[in-house]
Amino acid sequence: MSNLLSLTTFLPILGVLLLLFIPKDSKGTLRNVALATTVVTFIVSLPIMFGFQSNAEFQFVENIPWISAGPFVMRYFVGIDGISLWLVILTTFIMPIAVLSTYTAVEEKVKEYMILLLLLETGMLGAFISLDMFLFYIFWEVMLIPMYFMIGIWGGKNRIYAAVKFFIYTMVGSLLMLVALIYLYFKGVEAGFTNFGLLQFFNLQLPLATQVWLFLAFALAFAIKVPMFPLHTWLPDAHTEAPTAGSVILAAILLKMGTYGYVRFAIPLFPEAAHKFAPLIATLAVIGIIYAALVAMVQEDVKKLVAYSSVAHLGFVMLGVFAFNVEGITGGLLQMINHGVSTGALFLIVGFIYERRHTRLITDFGGLSKQMPIFATIFMIVTFSSIGLPGTNGFVGEFLVLIGAFESELRWWTIIASSGVILSAVYMLWMFQRVMFGELDNPKNQKLADLNAREIVIMVPLIVMIFVMGIYPKPFIDKMDPAIKKLVSQVRPLSMSAQKMSEAQPSLPSGHTGIEMPAGHPGMSPETDSHAAPVANPHEAK
Amino acid sequence: MDMIIIPAVNFTPILPEIFLSVLAMVLLLINVFVPGDRKAYLGYLSFFGIVATGVLVGAGWGGHIESFSGSVVLDNFATFFKMIFLVAAGLAVLISDQYMEREQCNHGELYPLILFCVVGMMLMASGTDLMTIFLGLEVMSVSLYVLAGFNRSNKKSNEAGLKYFLLGAFSTGFLLYGMALTYGATGTTRIAKIAATVGQMTLPSTNIMLVAGMLLMLTGFAFKVAAAPFHMWTPDVYEGAPTPMTAFMSAGPKAAGFAAALRIFLVALPTLQVEWSQVFWILAVLTMTVGNITALRQDNIKRMLAYSSIAHAGYALVGFAAGNPTGTAGILFYMLSYAFMNIGAFAIIILVGKKGEANGNVQDFAGFGVKHPVLAVAMSIFLFSLAGMPPTAGFIGKFYLFSGAIQKGYIWLAIIGVLNSAASVYYYLRVMVYMYMKDSTEEFDWMQVTAPMALCVAISVAGSLIPGIVPSIILQFAQQAIKLI
Repeated sequence: MSNLLSLTTFLPILGVLLLLFIPKDSKGTLRNVALATTVVTFIVSLPIMFGFQSNAEFQFVENIPWISAGPFVMRYFVGIDGISLWLVILTTFIMPIAVLSTYTAVEEKVKEYMILLLLLETGMLGAFISLDMFLFYIFWEVMLIPMYFMIGIWGGKNRIYAAVKFFIYTMVGSLLMLVALIYLYFKGVEAGFTNFGLLQFFNLQLPLATQVWLFLAFALAFAIKVPMFPLHTWLPDAHTEAPTAGSVILAAILLKMGTYGYVRFAIPLFPEAAHKFAPLIATLAVIGIIYAALVAMVQEDVKKLVAYSSVAHLGFVMLGVFAFNVEGITGGLLQMINHGVSTGALFLIVGFIYERRHTRLITDFGGLSKQMPIFATIFMIVTFSSIGLPGTNGFVGEFLVLIGAFESELRWWTIIASSGVILSAVYMLWMFQRVMFGELDNPKNQKLADLNAREIVIMVPLIVMIFVMGIYPKPFIDKMDPAIKKLVSQVRPLSMSAQKMSEAQPSLPSGHTGIEMPAGHPGMSPETDSHAAPVANPHEAK
Repeated sequence: MDMIIIPAVNFTPILPEIFLSVLAMVLLLINVFVPGDRKAYLGYLSFFGIVATGVLVGAGWGGHIESFSGSVVLDNFATFFKMIFLVAAGLAVLISDQYMEREQCNHGELYPLILFCVVGMMLMASGTDLMTIFLGLEVMSVSLYVLAGFNRSNKKSNEAGLKYFLLGAFSTGFLLYGMALTYGATGTTRIAKIAATVGQMTLPSTNIMLVAGMLLMLTGFAFKVAAAPFHMWTPDVYEGAPTPMTAFMSAGPKAAGFAAALRIFLVALPTLQVEWSQVFWILAVLTMTVGNITALRQDNIKRMLAYSSIAHAGYALVGFAAGNPTGTAGILFYMLSYAFMNIGAFAIIILVGKKGEANGNVQDFAGFGVKHPVLAVAMSIFLFSLAGMPPTAGFIGKFYLFSGAIQKGYIWLAIIGVLNSAASVYYYLRVMVYMYMKDSTEEFDWMQVTAPMALCVAISVAGSLIPGIVPSIILQFAQQAIKLI
């Protein structure tokens, strides 16, 4: 099917239309319809994963006219490559889990909540698949609206402050990016381009001074979203106030918009400027890693701790991406997926205990492992994954990031960043110890029920992913690899840019027509490859 | 002497104006026979009259007819703006009856006055002679002064009417003086002839009389569109005037001011563009910033929208400063979108409000989202559109306005514009915060959603949303409209 991407993206809207006709008192039906919608969306997205060919071309491309007025031509131009593929799948994978997690957590205004969740899914998927810069911007902004309402209506005590802060912070960044986007478009028009299609702009040779300004505008918008130190202050607020499903989506997918933005837009569009600013961004990333880890260590609220750990993890992603080599970017992308899985899982876990005790303070807990053994096991696994213990997904990503960055010009940054790995072990394990071990002395904790079937069902897919990606990441890497190699060739340092021109240009798709896809490859699914293999990375041999 | 010879007159270009004037006069007569509690019928009649005029105006699309020896023209530019005025008037008529009934000032003269005001605005848009434009402006303004003070038992409304009259008359003086000086410098009031004369001057920017005339006209228009620092009348007038008239004033006459200014500056004085675009640059920055910063602190939602309407005039001025097809098409698009989203928002304010203009604070919207989900969603759409969030018409409008500035090379103007836009988000969000995020025991049981109200909200939602998703349906007309001037 040639319009599989659109189908996946807009299926949730269909769910919204269904929800509109269900009375708001039949909460069960509302939840089930929302869940069914997200599950169907996930199933529909599977052929994308299996049918995706391991090459550098954009696939499942759709390109139809949309707006044509005056100097602007916008097209509905979507497609995915190895970089966006996994983010699309991650989104469709996380959403049913997020919906399922709200079954008992959200009792008020269920209808509105589910509608917003589904709208958010469409917004996120749309942003990941857009290859028209204007289209991307629309989805990028549209995502803000449901998230704003989710934090503001269903959040905690300070929800309004957090929601408004989230909205305005992101808005300022995006609007400056919009100015840069328009400026870039007019530069493209001068070079003979006729529309907002992203790919042609990779060939636009801009003078460094122009690149610097444009890069800064894009980088600011994305840095706010990542979030990078010192623009991260909205994140702990948003996370602590957001309802569980909101936190899960925010951590697992929305934050990836920022790093994805760098990989898809800021770096390949302005490669020279990206090189120029790599040391600055790496410095901020490393500060983020260390600082967020230190702040996480002293948090009393588990959710806030996890929120700060997000800042640290995304620091690693940024470090890997700005290494500009295959290992670093592969590691960064893997880490994006990993962080989605493991931090999503952590927020779910925090949600489970919050629902039971209505507190998230570490001091209110202790010795829970005796009372809740299944919970303890799952929590342990997720904690390990977050720390990056070998055998879990976190290790693969962090390891590749560090290798890549170490081999690049960012060697000294890498050395400092490595201490972040230890720090993350410190704050996570210390938190785990205080919550799960020790005396079960608080009488309120002595009657806690262990996870129920629904909660286990929520966690199992995430646990499976933690191990699959930790033990056999090859299928994931294989599909990303060609796209990453192309990206690396696009961002060669200045001295090699002449060579880049001769090499990279023919490989860029010129005609944006749909690409016919043969049937899906059997055996490419990570779930079917169960035999354990060591960390298989095609680049380690080099 | 061509004054004595009566030229052949083609009435086609002013058919809509004639139709509306006749309708207004007929309504005035009918009014005498309509009892006090049945004034709504006048509203229905004028609404259908406006729709019929819309058909009449629309039929003239694509034509180009000059008449009255070149002092009035029928072109796409005029047609587009006439449509904006009709949209604003039509929506305002729909929301008037319920409000006027509640405030006990349901006098039948309201509707003819709105129609006369539209006639004036139409003349401003189609006038190609400074005198015609001035004539239109006066017809419009005099009707507006009365409309602003229409609630004669309300002190604030009286204040609004008087204030608007005094300052309006003052600004008209500026405008007229500017026109006189321009006539002195060029020897004509015909826009095309001014352009030709100025085009032949060796250094028009050193002609003091011409430049002074231009600046005085600019000041006059800045008053009319409420651009800072000539905006001082706006908040008081907008707050005091009956709410439907506030909605109408913020959309229609503002667009009319831009229509006339666009024609004068782009057609008559393109040779001075370097000069006037600098002035508009400064005006735009001041207007956006003053409007947004003062709106941040308002609790009264009507007053907040008044200040925000100053900011919106500032956004449109960004497109004016750019003065290129992208920016000017943006103005046309934006003015139309603004009519939908702003009048829509005012419709909701009228619904929530109580007698005596009570219940008009942001805080009074607490719990609205729960009790009236559909209306609250509509209000959210209007507010997001005003804030310029995609996928609404407000976003596309701003996109074109700022693009025009960027294309022209005014990057900083665009940056100041988007930062203003981000600041404005705060006060628009604030309404939504109260609607959805604050709990309230309020039942909103006094609210009556009458059919005209519902129709107005529905049309406004469509007008704020559809052009945001498929902008070409409006933009292509806007672009054809600016081609001819």
